[in-house]
Amino acid sequence: MPRLIFILPLLLFGAIAVYFAIGLTKDPRNLPSALIDKTAPEFTLPPLRDGEPGLANTDLGGEVKIVNVFASWCVPCKLEHPVFMRFSQQNDTPLYGINYKNIKSEAVAWLSQLGDPYQRIGFDLSGRVGIEWGVYGVPETYIIDKEGRIRYRHAGPILPKVMKETILPLITELKK
Amino acid sequence: MIAEIGHFTLILALIMALVQAFLPLVGAARLNYGWMGTATPSAIIQFLCIGTSFGCLIYSFAVSDFTVINVAQNSNSLQPMIYKISSAWGNHEGSMVLWVLILALFGCMVALFGGNLPPTLKARTLSVQSMIAFAFLLFILMTSNPFERLSPPPIDGRDLNPLLQDIGLALHPPMLYFGYVGFSMAFSFAIAALIEGKVDAAWARWVRPWTLLAWVFLTAGILLGSWWAYYELGWGGWWYWDPVENASFMPWLVGTALLHSAVVVEKRDALKTWTILLAILTFSLSLIGTFLVRSGVLTSVHAFATDPERGVFILALLIIAIGGSLLLYAWRAPQLKGGGLFAPISREGSLILNNLLLTTAAATVFIGTLYPLMLDAITGDKISVGPPFFNATFVPLMIPLIIALGIGPLLSWKRGDLTGALQRLKFALVVSVVVTTVAAYITWGRSIFGAIGLGLAAWLAAGVCIEFGARIGIGRSNWQDVIRRAIGLPRSAWGMMIAHFGFAILVAGATGASIWQDEAIKSIRVGDSISIAGYEFSLRNVDNVRGPNYVAQRGVFTVREGGEIVTTLAPERRRYLVQGTETTESAIYSDGISDLYAVLGQPDGEGRWIAKVYFKPLVPWLWLGGMITVLGGLVSLTDRRLRVGAPTRRQSVPAGAPAPAE
Repeated sequence: MPRLIFILPLLLFGAIAVYFAIGLTKDPRNLPSALIDKTAPEFTLPPLRDGEPGLANTDLGGEVKIVNVFASWCVPCKLEHPVFMRFSQQNDTPLYGINYKNIKSEAVAWLSQLGDPYQRIGFDLSGRVGIEWGVYGVPETYIIDKEGRIRYRHAGPILPKVMKETILPLITELKK
Repeated sequence: MIAEIGHFTLILALIMALVQAFLPLVGAARLNYGWMGTATPSAIIQFLCIGTSFGCLIYSFAVSDFTVINVAQNSNSLQPMIYKISSAWGNHEGSMVLWVLILALFGCMVALFGGNLPPTLKARTLSVQSMIAFAFLLFILMTSNPFERLSPPPIDGRDLNPLLQDIGLALHPPMLYFGYVGFSMAFSFAIAALIEGKVDAAWARWVRPWTLLAWVFLTAGILLGSWWAYYELGWGGWWYWDPVENASFMPWLVGTALLHSAVVVEKRDALKTWTILLAILTFSLSLIGTFLVRSGVLTSVHAFATDPERGVFILALLIIAIGGSLLLYAWRAPQLKGGGLFAPISREGSLILNNLLLTTAAATVFIGTLYPLMLDAITGDKISVGPPFFNATFVPLMIPLIIALGIGPLLSWKRGDLTGALQRLKFALVVSVVVTTVAAYITWGRSIFGAIGLGLAAWLAAGVCIEFGARIGIGRSNWQDVIRRAIGLPRSAWGMMIAHFGFAILVAGATGASIWQDEAIKSIRVGDSISIAGYEFSLRNVDNVRGPNYVAQRGVFTVREGGEIVTTLAPERRRYLVQGTETTESAIYSDGISDLYAVLGQPDGEGRWIAKVYFKPLVPWLWLGGMITVLGGLVSLTDRRLRVGAPTRRQSVPAGAPAPAE
């Protein structure tokens, strides 16, 4: 039937649309981190402010910890900053920071102006540690379990909703 | 205040679009000329509203109004004014406003210059155009409002992505959008024709100038993007088969096919249903491109910040627009009457071959771009097919295309004489064989494809010259006659020959650029040098320089050939202060036949620098050929027959019908 030929484009498009729909259900932010469920890579970072402790992979483990990659030049970091401030006041889970490709004085000024939620801050000027962690963009946040393995990774700012619905329940679960 | 005006006029445009999407359409069905006539003023008002809105957005960027989130996230007070302005479309929200602005501009142009269209066709076309506008305006207002405020405002903005702070990229998106949004006009005409149930030579003549205009801009936009990638990304490549590049290339391929098949409809009243399908597909591919770039389905260097919610909206839009139009096609196209018959060896036949090859090429690009996505959907594996796939599938399709392109224009309509045409192309064949042999001899042992590519380019260029000679009667009549004939040739014939000739040059450039480049990467100190292809690049010094919103290290290379200084190249490594991102600014010296290209890489901290230098033969021809092709399109656009408003009206208006109320 010659009519069929005219229906063919519609059918082909139908098939393509189905694939698009499936493709959409995959969250692009859910980047496959090769490190999920693996021990955090080895690293040692100097402190941001002299006289304070730096950050190294040996500091991770023992208890559940959060590692947040931030920089003063990053606007979304400013967005998530109050969330972390509240978190550090209300929760006793250690929060560590990796200061990523930042000018030292600017990062120090940023923290003294907005408040410092971090127990330890590693200063990663070259972005070297960022590469090993597979940092995709700033900000990024990781949850490390008691055995020092990376259990969760979030690219983009932690907004109150993500904190409440994802981070806090996961921490509670990992602490058990 | 200004931002609110922008937001408000956008809402006004949405309401206008809604009215325009229905009133003229219903009017056309009931032959109510008053209702049909509303299409013209509403298309103009819609354009003015969106234009005002876009103006407000540009103003917010120009004065760095950081209370607007979009400005705060994509601009910075230190940026030079031109990049403050181009920031307005360097982000998802702003570029969507530009998108609908161009859509409305095309509608407005048809409203103003389409006075000779039959009133029902004009009303329906503008209604369809307005449906698209309505959908996209709704999309902007619901998911991507560029005028949203931010409180408290930041002290300074986040800066435009430094890679985009470049003149090539400031102009690239508007050109590209003008092209692929412009294909909406052909789409609207096709849908209107399906509703009317009539496609004839007059219809093809009305559609062609709009398609050609869009095609010219798309071609220029793609070239500009490619040129940008060439000098800005610092990898020395000019085409990466990146999903976003492919998203603009697919409509180009199908749009090129459409241009050629519309000729057959116009001259021979044949290939109607196929032409309608191409018109639908061209714009559908533009829409799919928009979806791919913005939904987050594909990640790429070009992609805008992605948001799945937007993806769902655009997907719904795609299904309604493409699915709906293909449904209409399946229903109405079989009723369109077929036209003139022709033999397989004829001008029509060669244009069909051109169409088949171009659409097959578009299909391979489509598969190569979406296959990884489909694989991810089925198995969850993330892979990329990359350039090897495209080189193995796309390039072989171009070989018969170029061979046929030399012959086609020499065949006559209806029934052509292949032997006769080949007889006349003897000279082209000789030229081609000579070029291939010489190229193969020079580059012996490197790549046979280089010689083949140049041979094909020579074949096409010589073929165009023979055709031109035959048309103006060189060798048959005296010089005065020849010149008179050349002047008398229709602009469309000139345009075609210029465009084909430009394409031949482009093919030569692409061949040289892909196959014969020479490169070297070395870690060197100041005073050291690198030699390639007979050129010696010596690093004279590295300076620190400061720009408006970046700091840079600039390496100065002196280039010598046989001891003589050829040029000085000064590539930079820039570090943009706000985002902390680094970009490379390559330095290029071009003598019209080849490029010398230098990039300054990372320092190793011990006084050495990674330096990359390239010798790239024939690359300038790529841009030259592209520009000639665009010029051909423009010349053809000035043809009397196509000039908007110029063609004589066919008997499309029923006799005795009242003049449309406008």
